[in-house]
Amino acid sequence: MSDSLAITKFSDLANPTRFLALVGKVVPWLAAITAILFAVGLYLAFTTEGDYQQGDTVRIMYVHVPSAWLAMMCYTVMAVSAIGTLVWRHPLADVSHKAAAPLGAAFTLLALVTGSLWGKPMWGTWWTWGDARLTSVFILFLMYLGLIALNRAIADPSRAARVSSVLILVGFVNIPIIKFSVEWWNTLHQKASVLRLDGPTIDPEFLRPLLVMAIAFTLLFFTLHFLAMRNEILRRRVTAQRRMAARMASRGDAA
Amino acid sequence: MKYAFYVYTSYGVATFVILCLIAWVWLDGRGRRKDLAELEASGFRRRSAQPTVESPAKGEGT
Repeated sequence: MSDSLAITKFSDLANPTRFLALVGKVVPWLAAITAILFAVGLYLAFTTEGDYQQGDTVRIMYVHVPSAWLAMMCYTVMAVSAIGTLVWRHPLADVSHKAAAPLGAAFTLLALVTGSLWGKPMWGTWWTWGDARLTSVFILFLMYLGLIALNRAIADPSRAARVSSVLILVGFVNIPIIKFSVEWWNTLHQKASVLRLDGPTIDPEFLRPLLVMAIAFTLLFFTLHFLAMRNEILRRRVTAQRRMAARMASRGDAA
Repeated sequence: MKYAFYVYTSYGVATFVILCLIAWVWLDGRGRRKDLAELEASGFRRRSAQPTVESPAKGEGT
């Protein structure tokens, strides 16, 4: 009973009009909570102690790690949406992965730039191609750009959605490579210290601001993703209505 | 603060990128709503958004 109710609720969301109504209700709350968490996170980021070895550069972690986390989470959201497009033909799935790609590209770029700004004082270099973590994240950035270009190159949205879904799923192989690159190869980049099977090895002094900022970034992503999906739905309505208008105009001319 | 340049530049870049994303989503949304409003003003609306029950399909666009 509850199962069928859940399925009904889920398929209700497939209706873009209902989804738009939901976005209208949810987004103001999400945005408010995001703003509060950013205020708390930034306060903690600049009031907690620096690291005894890294000094104040540890504060870069509070924007670098959440950006890198979002870079991978966004791609995972796109992969789930791609399955939605290919398997269930869910009407919102292709809207979802198309809207997510620019957000993923932005957060990946942010992870790369802040990582570089952290690398220069701590490793003595802005960038090294020999590091598997750095290179695999750069490939992720290129994949986001490729998917954006692909979506723009194919005019028919449903065809673009199918082609990019296949590409997204093939490219998903990069996500575990990014995650485990620091274990599989010798890298300048440190090993995982938060998401570990044996629990975080990072001091609570750094973990607290990091978690608050990570939640703030995640909620920011979902706020922007919902709004970008709404924009994409509106864009498709505009295109459909313009097409209808043109058809009616040409019919009028013929008559 | 030691290495202040690296720390503040990181936060500066993060703020800039996030503000760009917010501006993109906001301006895109505003533009598309404007497009829809213009279409509606010129008489085109979605079939599901027809105001009267008895208007036949032929009445669209007039």
